[in-house]
Amino acid sequence: MLDFPRWKVISISLLLAFGVLMSIPSLIGESGQKYWPSFLPNETINLGLDLQGGSHILLEADPADVATARLETMEESVRAEMRRATPRIGIGDISRRDGVLSFMVRDSTQVDAARDAIVPLTTGAGLTGQRDWNIEVRDDTRFVLTPTEAGLENAVENAMETATDVIRRRIDEMGTREPTIIRQGDNRIVVQVPGLDDPEALKALLGQTAKLEFKLVDFEADPNMVAAGRAPVGSQIFPYPDSPSGVPNIAVKRLGGISGDKLTDAGQGFDPQTNAAVVNITFDSEGGSKFARLTQNNVGRPFAIILDGQVLSAPNINEPILGGSAQISGNFTTESANQLAIALRSGALPVELKIVEERTVGPDLGKDSIDKGMIAAIIATVAVLTFMVVTYGRFGMYANIALALNLFIIVGVMAMFNATLTLPGIAGFVLTVGAAVDANVLINERIREERRRGRRVIQAIEVGYKEASRAIMDANVTNIIAGVLLFMFGSGPVKGFAVVLMIGIASSVFTAVVVTRMFVALWVKRARPQELVI
Amino acid sequence: MRLLKLVPDDTNIGFLKWRNIAMAFSILTIIASIGLVAAKGLNFGVDFVGGQMIQATFTETETAPISELRNNIGALGYGEATIQRFGDANEVSIRMRLPAEAESRPEAAAEMTEKIVSTIKADHADVRIDGVESVSGKVSSELFETGAYSLLFAMIAISIYIWIRFEWQFGVGALFALVHDVALTFGLFALTQMEFNLNIVAALLTIIGYSLNDTIVVFDRIRENLKKYRKMDIIALLDLSVNETLARTVMTSLTMLIALGALILWGPDVIFGFSVAMFFGVFVGTYSSVYMAAPILIWLKVGPDTFVPAESANDKAEKMGGPEQIG
Repeated sequence: MLDFPRWKVISISLLLAFGVLMSIPSLIGESGQKYWPSFLPNETINLGLDLQGGSHILLEADPADVATARLETMEESVRAEMRRATPRIGIGDISRRDGVLSFMVRDSTQVDAARDAIVPLTTGAGLTGQRDWNIEVRDDTRFVLTPTEAGLENAVENAMETATDVIRRRIDEMGTREPTIIRQGDNRIVVQVPGLDDPEALKALLGQTAKLEFKLVDFEADPNMVAAGRAPVGSQIFPYPDSPSGVPNIAVKRLGGISGDKLTDAGQGFDPQTNAAVVNITFDSEGGSKFARLTQNNVGRPFAIILDGQVLSAPNINEPILGGSAQISGNFTTESANQLAIALRSGALPVELKIVEERTVGPDLGKDSIDKGMIAAIIATVAVLTFMVVTYGRFGMYANIALALNLFIIVGVMAMFNATLTLPGIAGFVLTVGAAVDANVLINERIREERRRGRRVIQAIEVGYKEASRAIMDANVTNIIAGVLLFMFGSGPVKGFAVVLMIGIASSVFTAVVVTRMFVALWVKRARPQELVI
Repeated sequence: MRLLKLVPDDTNIGFLKWRNIAMAFSILTIIASIGLVAAKGLNFGVDFVGGQMIQATFTETETAPISELRNNIGALGYGEATIQRFGDANEVSIRMRLPAEAESRPEAAAEMTEKIVSTIKADHADVRIDGVESVSGKVSSELFETGAYSLLFAMIAISIYIWIRFEWQFGVGALFALVHDVALTFGLFALTQMEFNLNIVAALLTIIGYSLNDTIVVFDRIRENLKKYRKMDIIALLDLSVNETLARTVMTSLTMLIALGALILWGPDVIFGFSVAMFFGVFVGTYSSVYMAAPILIWLKVGPDTFVPAESANDKAEKMGGPEQIG
C-alpha cells in the first residue's frame, strides 16, 4: 500500500497542479486577470447576488388570466368570422360565463355554416389528438366552446415563453449586465440582475404588462351613468385616474378600436407645446394604416389611450394621423415616460406577471459580507492548521498541505463549472476547513493506536489508512446525501452552499486520503523511519 | 518534538454507566425543546411566513434609533413593525407583514417599501438601505413545505443508508441521534428567538450530515470490536469503542468548533444565525453519538451475532487472531 509507483505520483501531481491552475484566475481578481496569459484556462467563479449586490425577482402568472384572455380572443375571432361569412351569420346572446364561450345562431339553417367557420379557429393540442377547444351544439342553435385542458396548458406554455422573451428584451433595454432569466415550473420566471442602481425601476418595468389600446370615447354616454360606473349598450367603462373632468371613469366604445401592439419603435420625448414628457410611438405598416383609418373617420372626436386597462389620456383627433407615428400623452414624468417607451418597444406581456418574491441586496452589504467572510475563513484556517501541526507533527503538516490543496481545488472546480459563490457558500468553505481534516484525524489517531498496540511503523501506517478509510467513506456518503437534498430543496444562496459542500466533500476525500498517503509513502521510502512521532 | 495530546492514551471512561440518566436527560431536553417551540414559537423570517424585510445601516449614527423607527413606521398604518438589531448596533432589520391587498395588487408591497424607506430617510439622511426581501404568502408556504420535507427526507435517507451499511439497529440509533440534534436546535431558536429562516434550514441539513460523522465513526468501531471480541459484554464493548474513538471525536469536534467559532465572531452578519446553529449542532451532535446512538444498540439487543453468524464465528476468530497477539 505504501508502495507508490512513479506513474501514480505523476498523475496525482498533475491532477493537483491542474486544480491549482484552474483556481488562479478567480483568486487574482479582475486586476490580476489582465496579466494572466490567455492560453491558460480563464474561467472564474461567479459571485452570487448576495455578495455582489443585485436583485432576485420571482414572477408568477395566473393561469386563470391566460384562460380569460383566450376566451376574449376567441369571442372576437368568432364575431369576426361570423361577420365575414357569406351570407353573414347572425349571432346573439353571447356569454363568457364559467370559462366557456356560448352564443346562439339566429337562423337555424346556418348552424352547419357556422360550425364550418369556427372549426378552423381551433388547432390540435397535446399528443392525444385532442383539439384546444371542444365545439358543441346544444338545443339546435346554441354553440358552446369549451377550452380543453391540453389547449389551456399549451396556451400557458406559449404565454410564458413569450413573456420570458419580452422580459429579456426589457432588461436588455435597461442596459444592465449579465441578467439571468429562467423559467421555473409551469408559470414562473426567475429574474436575477446583479449590481443594480435602482431596483424599484426594474420592478416597475417587470410588473407592467404594457398592453396599449386606442378606443373611441363614447361622448354620448350619460355623464351620471358613467360616474356611477354603468356603461351604455355597446360601450364599457374604464378607470381614468387623471381625468380633467374629475370623474375617474370614462366610457369607450367596445368596437372599432385598435391595439397598440403593432409598433416598430417607441421613445420618450417632449410635447412641443406644453413641454410635458410624452412617449412617441411608430406603428408598423399594418398598424399604421389601421390607425390612419381610425383617425380619418373620427376627426373632431376624442379617443382614449388605454394602458393595462387604465386610460392615460383622451385627446381629441384634430386631424387624420397618416404618417404612422403618434404621441401618447399622459401624466408622465421623464422617467415613467421612458419606462413606458422601453416596455412598448419590447412588446406587451401576453399575461400579467406578479412579483411573488423579491430579494435585493445592496452592494455595500455584499462587500461587507465578502470582507468578513474572508477574515473568518483566514482565521479559521490558520487556527486549524496550527492545531493540526501541534497535535500530529509531520503528519499534521501533511494534512495541512492536503487541506491547502483542497481549498485550491474547490475554487478550481467551481471556476471550471462557472459555479456561483454565495454567502452561505463562504460558510461552506469555512466548514470544509473544519471537516476536511477529520479524515486525517481519523487516520492519524488510528496510526497512534496501532503503534500503541505494538505494530511496527510501516504496518501501523498501513493499517491506519486501511481501517480509517471505511469510516471516512461512510461519513462522507451521509454528508453527500445531506448535500444532495440541500441542492434539491434549497433556493438560490442555499444551493450555492450545497455546491461548495459537495465539491468540498469529494475533493477532501481525495486530498485527505490519497494525497496525504502519497506524502507519507514518499517520506517512508526515503527516511525509513524506525520510530514515529505522532 | 512533543506533540499535543488532548486525550490521554488508553482512556477507560465508563460512559455507558450513565446511559439511563443520560437518556432520561436527553428525552427531557427533547421534550423541553418541543415545549419551548410550542410555547414561545419560532421567530420565523419572511422566508417562511411571508412579508417584507428591509435591512438598513445608519452610517453616521452609533446606535440605530429602534423605538423611534417603530413609532414612525407604526404611524404609517401598515401594522406593527418587527425591528431587530442585525450585526452591529447601527444595523437593523425591519420586518413587516405584506399589506392585505398585496395578494391581488403586487405593487402594494413595493409602495409600502418606498413609504417606509422615505419615512426613515426623512429623519435620518445617513441611512443606507442594504437589502429588501419581499416574499408573498404563497411562496413562503411553499418554502416552508419544501424545508420541512427536506429535513424529513434527509433524516430518513441517512438512516436507511446506515441500515444498509450496518444493521437496522444502527439505523434506528442514528435516527434517534438525529431527532435529538434537530429538536434541540429548534429549541435553541425558540429560546433565543433568533430569526429562523432558510439559512437555518440549510444549517440543520448540514448538522444532520455532520453529526452523523461522529455516530458513524463510533458505529464503525463497534462493528469492528463486535467481530473481534466475541465474548465481551456489550456494555463493556460499547465503552471500549467510545473510548478508542474518543481522541478523534474530541479532535474533530474541536476543529469544527474552531472554524465555526471564527464564523460566529468575525463572519458576515447575515449568516450569524447559521453559524450559531451549526456550532450548537456540532456540540449536541457529539454528545448524541455517544449517549443517544450507542445505548439504543443495547436496548435493541445488538450482540456479536449481529454481524457474524454464530456457526462461522470460530474460524473467523482464528483467522483474525486476538489483538493481544499482534506485534
